Amino acid sequence: MTDSQAPTTPDPTLGVDADSLYVEGDAIADTKAPDGPIDAKWQQRIFSARLVNPANRRKLSVIVIGTGLAGASAAATLGESGMHVKSFCYQDSPRRAHSIAAQGGINAAKNYRNDGDSVYRLFYDTVKGGDYRSREDNVYRLAQTSTQIIDQCVAQGVPFAREYGGLLDNRSFGGVQVSRTFYARGQTGQQLLLGAYQALERQIAAGTVTMYTRHEMQELVIVDGRARGVIVRNMVTGELETHFADAVVLASGGYGNVFYLSTNAMGSNVTAAWRAHRKGALMANPCYTQIHPTCIPVAGDYQSKLTLMSESLRNDGRIWVPKRIEDCEKDPRDIAEEDRDYYLERIYPSFGNLVPRDIASRAAKYVCDEGRGVGPKVGDFRRGVYLDFSDALSRMTQAQIAAKYGNLFDMYERITGESPYQVPMRIYPAVHYVMGGLWVDYDLQSNIPGLYVTGEANFSDHGANRLGASALMQGLADGYFVLPNTIGDYLADGPFDALDESHPAAVEAKQAVQSRIDHLLSINGERTVDSIHKELGHIMWEYCGMERNEEGLRKAIGLIRELRTEFWTNVKVLGTNEELNQALERAGRVADFLELGELMCIDALHRRESCGGHFRSESQTEDGEALRHDDEYAYVAAWQFGGTDQPGDVGKPVLHKEDLTYKFIELKQRSYK
Amino acid sequence: MKITVRVWRQPNSQADGRMVSYEVDQVSEDMSFLEMLDVLNERLTHEGQDPIAFDSDCREGICGMCGVVINGEAHGPVQTTTCQLHMRSFKDGDEIDIEPWRAEGFPILKDLIVDRSAFDRIIQAGGYITAPTGAAPDAHAAPVPKNAADKAFDAATCIGCGACVAACPNGSAMLFTAAKITHLGLLPQGQPERDSRVLGMVAQHDEEGFGGCTNIGECAAVCPKEIPLETISRLNRDLLGALVRGDSN
Repeated sequence: MTDSQAPTTPDPTLGVDADSLYVEGDAIADTKAPDGPIDAKWQQRIFSARLVNPANRRKLSVIVIGTGLAGASAAATLGESGMHVKSFCYQDSPRRAHSIAAQGGINAAKNYRNDGDSVYRLFYDTVKGGDYRSREDNVYRLAQTSTQIIDQCVAQGVPFAREYGGLLDNRSFGGVQVSRTFYARGQTGQQLLLGAYQALERQIAAGTVTMYTRHEMQELVIVDGRARGVIVRNMVTGELETHFADAVVLASGGYGNVFYLSTNAMGSNVTAAWRAHRKGALMANPCYTQIHPTCIPVAGDYQSKLTLMSESLRNDGRIWVPKRIEDCEKDPRDIAEEDRDYYLERIYPSFGNLVPRDIASRAAKYVCDEGRGVGPKVGDFRRGVYLDFSDALSRMTQAQIAAKYGNLFDMYERITGESPYQVPMRIYPAVHYVMGGLWVDYDLQSNIPGLYVTGEANFSDHGANRLGASALMQGLADGYFVLPNTIGDYLADGPFDALDESHPAAVEAKQAVQSRIDHLLSINGERTVDSIHKELGHIMWEYCGMERNEEGLRKAIGLIRELRTEFWTNVKVLGTNEELNQALERAGRVADFLELGELMCIDALHRRESCGGHFRSESQTEDGEALRHDDEYAYVAAWQFGGTDQPGDVGKPVLHKEDLTYKFIELKQRSYK
Repeated sequence: MKITVRVWRQPNSQADGRMVSYEVDQVSEDMSFLEMLDVLNERLTHEGQDPIAFDSDCREGICGMCGVVINGEAHGPVQTTTCQLHMRSFKDGDEIDIEPWRAEGFPILKDLIVDRSAFDRIIQAGGYITAPTGAAPDAHAAPVPKNAADKAFDAATCIGCGACVAACPNGSAMLFTAAKITHLGLLPQGQPERDSRVLGMVAQHDEEGFGGCTNIGECAAVCPKEIPLETISRLNRDLLGALVRGDSN
């Protein structure tokens, strides 16, 4: 790839020039999707992909990093096919992966409601919901695959909600007007993950999958241009282990914890993906972050994580704030109906409380910025809005409400000490999911041959905003149905040369990990890992959160660079490598977040338009909605690492553009009014 | 508020452990129990002392990774996960004992962290339905009565935290095992492997060193997901049936 200087003419409407922060490289010409009618492409690809016969599959091996929906389903399915799989997770059991926390549901175009749903409509809703920044081909395949997922999960014994006739129940979710969401009370992710986990454990018992728990990937090993292995750290003994395979699958989840506070698990991190990025894998659209509108507000600076209240609550709860600032301190039950502003219903009459997540989040921010937020003050503002079930409670019995949302109401009460049956919930947006991730082609293969990326770790299906109940769908589509049908085409050339630990590429990778760990342990400064992580989170939330602008992003980049220097000169990590050392684990993750944060800001800065979850205040319609610039920005921004092997040296990233062409769906300004 | 915690400190699986006292100031009642430990760990790190190792991940009560014995009770005074326990359950001046799960099947790795991989091996011994990817019939091919689906779901909400084992005087993992037997056994899809499942899982349970069930009920009393004790009756019924049917399955 050749690097060429990006155009240096600053955009006069947007002020300062940001182009010195990156260079522009070659465009990405081909995603390797087949030509032809959109509904035939996936079948065409399955047919054209080369096969590996059952006897030869036994000679092939695959490494899978992560055991969430995308990883466990892939490991189980590849194991069933006869390949040797090595599966890794940082938790003590594959069942703990953070897919388990997904609450609301999983979409599928079954049209069991007879309400006009179809594969095409799910495809259309997803592209529109993603604000026309996703790939048509991938999204169509996702919608096609959705129906198979439900069949597969039911066969595994996933206890979806059912109606009295014994058939599956559905509900509706934000951004759509049909009921296509399958659910298991408020624990759909848990039940789907346990299905995948049990399928994985079955393969472990069968000997096709070897499981490595409490092992964290530290480095990717590339041999002759192919991804051939990983360096992992045994988190109990500290031993650095080298593992080889014919292909590597990263299913390591999203990087929302770059914001410190998010709904992600404490251990969710970017390290596996970032290590691959540092070795050449392109990172696509890193600034596309989903801020979920319904989370429990922050209570204090000791807070370690934010808890989501499922979007499904918006089916029956009504969101409001007081019309007058002086009412904000009152008990909400004492505020008269005419003094309440049901602002989503007012601004978006046709979708009301079910507008997509990015719109609902920003609307909450604005009413709080106006001073009409509720709950305790955090800084100068009250950061909360009411989610009120009193209408639903007058329409349904408390038992009916409990059957739908009981566990969520209980969780809310445990955390806040208030019962949503008595008092309206208070909610506020929080970082929840990242649409950005490693770049992959139609086969889910990254630009490094043999490196595949599935689930939230890739960028491919959700564009600039993900619709509710679509993450579970994508994770399982990738793991059960897409990857197992595409990876064979690559592995048909295998098995590749056998490798051992003395291979120079493996030795070098292991030494790099060792010296990074030694460096972290030797600094012995004044700042804890968490204090630096919190500071990074503040910077990201303030300048690269719900609303971004040129000035703030440039400031953030400077602050992140200073903080990265602070980290590498003044962090305090006690203990040794040769033990269970949780501070060391966190230090390694935060080191990578400090590099990712800068790239997110550069990506957000260069995209001088608003789209989906990426809202640039300079680019909005008269009504304050996201204003896209399709003529300039209808592309995927895939970034190549521009730094060196030195920790913290990220250099200047190189931008490769993949143009998004819409052949089947007409680009429109999104409207949910 | 200000509290004193006495925490089990054990550097690794081979070393001896002991209880160590720490005072914690400025504890807010809105803090979660684990956030209180975070605050203590920040202080210990500044003082150059090894922070307390404990497991947690989702911190919203669903992943099952956290879990310690608090004042002798698994997950503490409220029937929830440790991460969902908040300091409003305690008061100024309280002394709180914090220990790891103690059971033969759960060896201690460090401080409050134990090895629960025995649970995974119990699942490997039959806690699944054999449904290879791609082989599934349409989801509506086999209706499931709502009552059975709901009960299966209730049992399936087990998070595998291990509190049941920690609370049981026998160190039995029967509630964990029975929850999976019940979940899968209530569904039509789970019938073909019902006998082999219970035989395999119970045999593995015993092999892992977990004790037998003597119907004490401590497990159900601490279970954060309120898995009912009657699941163990169902397990026993399935086990008896499977033994009687013997080789025909």
